[in-house]
Amino acid sequence: MTTSTQDMPVSNGVNTEALIGARGVFAEMPQAASFTFRSNCDWVDGSESRNSINGYFGLGEEHIRKQTFVISSDHPAVFSATDRAPTPPEIALSALASCLTGGVAAVAQHRGIQLRKVQAVVEGDMDMRGILGMDPDIRNGFSAVRVTFNIDADASEDDIRALVAQSQKRSTVFDLMTNPTNVHVVVA
Amino acid sequence: MRHTSTVIIGAGQAGLAMSKCLSDRSITHVVLEQGVVAQSWVKDRRTSLRLLTPNWQSRLPGFRYRGPDPDGYMNMLQITGFLRDYAHVIAAPVEEHTTVCSVTLDGNRYLVCTNKGDWVCDNVVVASGACAQPKLPQMVDAVPDSIAQLSLTTYKSPNQVARGGVLVVGASASGVQIAAELSTTGHDVTLAVGEHIRAPRHYRGRDIQWWLDRTGVLDEPVKDVDDIARARSVPSFQLTGDAELDAIDLNTLQALGVTVTGRLVGIQNGMAQFSGSLANHCAMSDLKIGRLLDHFDDWAMRVNFPNLQIPRRLPPTCFPSSPHLAADLNNGVIRTIVWATGYSPDFSWLKLPVFDPKGTLIHDQGIVAHGLYVLGLPFMRRRKSALIDGVGGDAQALSDHLVANRHKRAA
Repeated sequence: MTTSTQDMPVSNGVNTEALIGARGVFAEMPQAASFTFRSNCDWVDGSESRNSINGYFGLGEEHIRKQTFVISSDHPAVFSATDRAPTPPEIALSALASCLTGGVAAVAQHRGIQLRKVQAVVEGDMDMRGILGMDPDIRNGFSAVRVTFNIDADASEDDIRALVAQSQKRSTVFDLMTNPTNVHVVVA
Repeated sequence: MRHTSTVIIGAGQAGLAMSKCLSDRSITHVVLEQGVVAQSWVKDRRTSLRLLTPNWQSRLPGFRYRGPDPDGYMNMLQITGFLRDYAHVIAAPVEEHTTVCSVTLDGNRYLVCTNKGDWVCDNVVVASGACAQPKLPQMVDAVPDSIAQLSLTTYKSPNQVARGGVLVVGASASGVQIAAELSTTGHDVTLAVGEHIRAPRHYRGRDIQWWLDRTGVLDEPVKDVDDIARARSVPSFQLTGDAELDAIDLNTLQALGVTVTGRLVGIQNGMAQFSGSLANHCAMSDLKIGRLLDHFDDWAMRVNFPNLQIPRRLPPTCFPSSPHLAADLNNGVIRTIVWATGYSPDFSWLKLPVFDPKGTLIHDQGIVAHGLYVLGLPFMRRRKSALIDGVGGDAQALSDHLVANRHKRAA
């Protein structure tokens, strides 16, 4: 029960036709849907490290981008670190925010809802005694994560809530934060 | 070796409705039933189960409920009696205790092999049911041996379940009903909740099924749906066949003392792991039922339907602020797991290349191949296809197709 709420064609900059086309292709060739993403991380100094992100595997072949993206990480001054970049958990929060925000745009496009502004504030609570090994009952990860969306769009309040709900339902980072994942770490 | 025009496999509501439609069209046929008429309604269901649809909605070709309680909900003995009466009234040619071992091609006819001999026929109608076996996730293998496991076909009543903790997995109609009856019999119940849709039993003084029926939601055809694969896998409403209960949703269950958690996503080293997505699943459920009730209100306004009570909505779903993310299955707290994770059909005897890579039967609105039909699957032709009230329309459409195509068989 989606409705187009305005006369102008909706444009959130999302090519939904291409996404729907991809569904068709993957239905015919499920193996093409298998992707592998990767990041190469180099230690810089202290708690600082730098990830280079470029190649990925998908649609049956390796892809190289024109540009290599760099994401650095560090720890803040209160931990006597150099504070040259966000902490890894902050990068994880930003990944969640971006994943949900991109999802909101895609779902809005598909449902014919014009977005004017989408803002997300993401907070993660953490008890440092966990990573310091002080209490086995305290986990290393976030004890809770909260996301607050502020959305201005041509849609009812319930339609906006439904956008945000559907975005969570189809979000990679939401899934990997809320569900367990087998992680294999080896030394080459 | 016996010959007939059409073999119908299964004598539940689908097979019987098809039999009636074929009789009306003078198509000779036989209905093969592995047990007795309507058997799985008694044999494979739990004791307390009642239909989710009111009696007036039990409508089949040439037969309907005419008893004293149109707004009641049949229990399993009543639905079995109803279907046996139907079989009798339509004089369905049922061969009971006949188990189909295989269906294969024999030239350009079908060969149906059974424990009581073989049949050769032009048409086969698969009416063995969408709920032939419980659908279980792979992680059942990871459950510690100390835990008793029950499925939707082996769970009969709370008496079977050891005192103490029970994990009920799945929160559609079956899961919430089982969680409620286990909780009221003193069990300590945790309910793992994934995608679900709550629904009030009545809205504005009318049964929710009345609204779904009158507004045409149940008649919605396949072509009007965006993503039919998704629509076919939508879980059943959180409903129970009890007019006294306003709703049987997560709020009701928590008031009974049931602990709700997110979807069960894995079992590792004896630890059950629950998703942190409960809040979103509750939000989606509230939004979906809200949209549906809005749709009903719009319809009532448009047709100016008289004597409806004022709209009253269920309060939003409450859920714990920090639902459990894990449960130890080795510490003796949880002693039983009930898998209320849905049903699937069993077409293992259908030895023909008519399945997709995931093993799902491929069909176009019930037409599988020339002379091969299926009936009674969720949203097969219309949203109500899997309901007793929906299978008749599908049976009429398929029997018309069968009659129109019976001489077109390629040599």
